Amino acid sequence: MVNYIWLGMMVIGVLVAAVNGHVEVVTKAALEGAQVAVKTAIDLIAIITFWLGIMKLAEAAGLVRVLSRLVQPITRFLFPSVPKDHPAMGAIVMNLSANILGLGNASTPMGLIAMQELQKLNRGDPKEATDAMCTFLALNTSCITLIPTTIIGIRLIYGSADPTEIVGTTIFATAAGMTVAVFMDRLMRYLYYRGR
Amino acid sequence: MFGVVSDLSRWAIPVVLLLVPLIAMIRGVNVFEKFVEGAEDGFATAIKTIPFLVAMLVAISIFRASGALDMVVGILSPVLNRVGFPAEVLPHAIMRPLSGGASLGIATDIIKTHGPDSFIGRLVSTMQGSSDTTFYVLTLYFGSVGISKYRYSIISGLSADFTTLVASVYVAHKLFGPA
Repeated sequence: MVNYIWLGMMVIGVLVAAVNGHVEVVTKAALEGAQVAVKTAIDLIAIITFWLGIMKLAEAAGLVRVLSRLVQPITRFLFPSVPKDHPAMGAIVMNLSANILGLGNASTPMGLIAMQELQKLNRGDPKEATDAMCTFLALNTSCITLIPTTIIGIRLIYGSADPTEIVGTTIFATAAGMTVAVFMDRLMRYLYYRGR
Repeated sequence: MFGVVSDLSRWAIPVVLLLVPLIAMIRGVNVFEKFVEGAEDGFATAIKTIPFLVAMLVAISIFRASGALDMVVGILSPVLNRVGFPAEVLPHAIMRPLSGGASLGIATDIIKTHGPDSFIGRLVSTMQGSSDTTFYVLTLYFGSVGISKYRYSIISGLSADFTTLVASVYVAHKLFGPA
């Protein structure tokens, strides 16, 4: 799937640029894209390093286990393949909590820890996503944000009479997306195994 | 309601930074050593994502700069206008799963042009707030552990994005009425 999307964007992009008579923008765009990617990764080093340190402390103090026990009824349903008390569960819970609170820069490192822990549970092809990883990413990309801080800030800058009036609509829309994410994840998994 | 949640967001990290080391210390953990031990992997984790991010962001960048994105918008707009979906927000809807920065830029531009309290301004605010950069998240998270076969992840992610979009349009019409 990702192969086709990637190839599609590359091929269509180059062809459209050629047809429009400005094929030279492709070279520039490719380099710019690569630069943004590396810059993003470099920026990530700082926050990832910092939060990995804090997470290790939280784990050593037993806090992650307490937290993941608290939400166990939900996580058992969503991630049946992850053993109880496994560190992956703790990291997933921390990541989703950070997402909900809109703490974007804390949620990413925790998500990466969750992926590493889930990868340790991967008994199949190490290049192929497991069921739990797919569920985790479906939840992650659609996760409820209670306060979309960035957009509220922009509304404020451009003189909105009520910058936060979109909080309710945002929660509604994101809840709909999240429901479908969980449903589609289960449906696609079922179809995936049946199709094999 | 908003005040409480907003306070919670502001206090969450400082409280974590106070309590986690403190409780660890009480539990007899060598706090400094443990922190460094955990932080050790930070560099490697971030660096590992580079090839995956480069691959994805180069493709997205070419797709956008070539005018292919505008072409898709041009084809879809007339159809979507009929179902109460303003053509102005279509570039945002298409860009949202691909690039967080670019979609935020588009949202900002729409808010600036039409005003934050216009129907379109409120709709694009809802869309920006309720969705995430699906391709970026998938690339980054899978890339950090070296996974290149995403199975059906993209389909479930994109159907969630699509639902969020439809729900945004629906709830914006309900609450803010058409312009």
